[in-house]
Amino acid sequence: MADTLFHKVWNAHAVRRLASGQTQLFVGLHLIHEVTTPQAFDMLRQHGWRVAFPGRTFATLDHIVPTTPQKRPFLDLMAEEMTASLERNCRDAGIPLWMLDADNQGIVHVIGPELGLTQPGMTIACGDSHTSTHGALGAIAFGIGTSQVRDVLASQCLALDPLKVRRIEVNGRLNPGVYAKDVILTIIRRLGVQGGVGFAYEYGGSTLDAMTIDERLTICNMSIEGGARVGYVNPDETTFAYLRGRPFAPAGDAFERAVQWWRQIASDPDARYDDRVTFDAASIEPTVTWGINPGQSVGVNEPIAGDPADEAFAFMGFTPGRRVTGTKIDVAFIGSCTNGRLSDLEEAARLVRGHRVAKHVTALVVPGSQAISRAAEARGLDQVFRQAGFEWRGAGCSMCLGMNPDRLEGRQVCASSSNRNFKGRQGSPTGRTLLMSPAMVAAAAIAGEVVDVRTVLDAVPA
Amino acid sequence: MSESQLSSLNSQAILSVSGRGLPVRGNDIDTDRIMPARFLVSVSFEGLERHVFEDDRVADPAHPFNDPRYAGASILIVNANFGCGSSREHAPQGIARAGFRAVIGESFSEIFQGNAAVIGLPCFVADREAVNQLQTLVERTPEITITADIGSGAVTAGSLRLEASVPRALRDAFVSGQWNPTAMLLDRFEEVKAVASRLPYIRGF
Repeated sequence: MADTLFHKVWNAHAVRRLASGQTQLFVGLHLIHEVTTPQAFDMLRQHGWRVAFPGRTFATLDHIVPTTPQKRPFLDLMAEEMTASLERNCRDAGIPLWMLDADNQGIVHVIGPELGLTQPGMTIACGDSHTSTHGALGAIAFGIGTSQVRDVLASQCLALDPLKVRRIEVNGRLNPGVYAKDVILTIIRRLGVQGGVGFAYEYGGSTLDAMTIDERLTICNMSIEGGARVGYVNPDETTFAYLRGRPFAPAGDAFERAVQWWRQIASDPDARYDDRVTFDAASIEPTVTWGINPGQSVGVNEPIAGDPADEAFAFMGFTPGRRVTGTKIDVAFIGSCTNGRLSDLEEAARLVRGHRVAKHVTALVVPGSQAISRAAEARGLDQVFRQAGFEWRGAGCSMCLGMNPDRLEGRQVCASSSNRNFKGRQGSPTGRTLLMSPAMVAAAAIAGEVVDVRTVLDAVPA
Repeated sequence: MSESQLSSLNSQAILSVSGRGLPVRGNDIDTDRIMPARFLVSVSFEGLERHVFEDDRVADPAHPFNDPRYAGASILIVNANFGCGSSREHAPQGIARAGFRAVIGESFSEIFQGNAAVIGLPCFVADREAVNQLQTLVERTPEITITADIGSGAVTAGSLRLEASVPRALRDAFVSGQWNPTAMLLDRFEEVKAVASRLPYIRGF
């Protein structure tokens, strides 16, 4: 019977129906990091439970790591304690861990795909809401809390209710200066930050078909910002080509057999959906947030509309009718699990080359992983950024959420390629975040204010 | 697993919650606001009760969490899409550790609602008008006792009676005392191994 990838994967991993009515779902890949796990391991020890499938859990350090060169022990004593706790827990349980001295360290949602750990047809869980990212390769990936991390460690399972599936189709060609980030911001703007609650988002259509895996990762990453815990793209030739040769991907004949299964697990052409929404790619503009949730966005030249009493206006210092273009920025941040991959850095570097960051702007580039950092350096991108006045940092989550020393100060305005513009998100309770594509961040860093990236792209060599 | 181990894991049934209310108005209140990220730099949940809405409380002296009239409240009353954003369990942990035993709101983010459920904090859903009525009532008479019944979803406060509900699976889990699912997930572990052994990517394709 025709079915969606979501249901096929769900059914393949369903262990049984629990007395509560929820489904016991097997988790094929569990990714962990330092922030949401120490308490989970403590609970395990209290009950005398062991990690059920240590070979299906992988760990890295990302949220609290300083991005300037820093030796252990970290200056932040609590960050050091969390790091030591992760090391001890992984060692005791036999879980592979990539620390700062490992080539593979990076943001958990960047290294999963990069290493080929993330594969089509898997169920994936991680104690982080941006776990939806992994759906870009055709996995069903759930962000979970710490008690659920405990459950996955102890049983490799979660107790969950099935989701409805909404097909989000984007068709046509994106205009120059319009990126995957603009597509997902536009989707969230239209469907709302709560529109996806209870749904898995299946992204498709000719625009998605033409996208690279990096672009699909950006789209799926922000599913949760639209309320959808799960987002995915059906696996296709682009997916298979991306995975071939990656360290944890199947090799040789096994890869060919895997491709056969991955094709079967994709949604059937006549699958039924609980809802369908379509977008026209050509109508999508470079998009930037003006408010305090990711649904509060506008085209960069479009007047902001809304209820003047909305607290977002007072907090951000905007008024209805104003445009975001021309807003002076203090900080430019390129990085995060949304837009910290090599192609993001390449596009930003293309705009930065030969220019200087505006005098009043602090600009930093934080690659999503050490592998991306090495690849960027091999292409000389670090030099391009440094010569323009950007700081070139080590890999981690950094200023996306300010759990390390990279934080906004006071009411600073940050042009950011990250995923959340919540109040206080970037480490200062009064700091202000404008979400946009990495190219738009690069253009803003140089102009010192928000500009329409299309006005500068024309002058840039391809 | 032994019988005594299993019984110690069974959580207590939660049938109803009763206490005074604390209304926090506003839609799309995210978990960064409920528990700012800097308080996640810790290896335990201890002390999180002190930091619930900390930045909002500093920014707004009139924030309900600063209002002594609501001291000792155990039912939080919120609006739409409460707990959106980050999956940090630190948000419901802080709320529960601050003495709250239930949240009543228009709607919740899925992850927040699940995180709250597994620590025994039920989230009741009611329509906008009903929530507004309850918030207004508590703002006028903070000492009023609210009773929320998990099974029926009925919420009463003085003469006010609202229809609310807890999603069915979570409701059944609270009522049967199985809201902490680990024991159920570990029961019949051979079935888990059987599912794993059938998956192509675990078999090596």
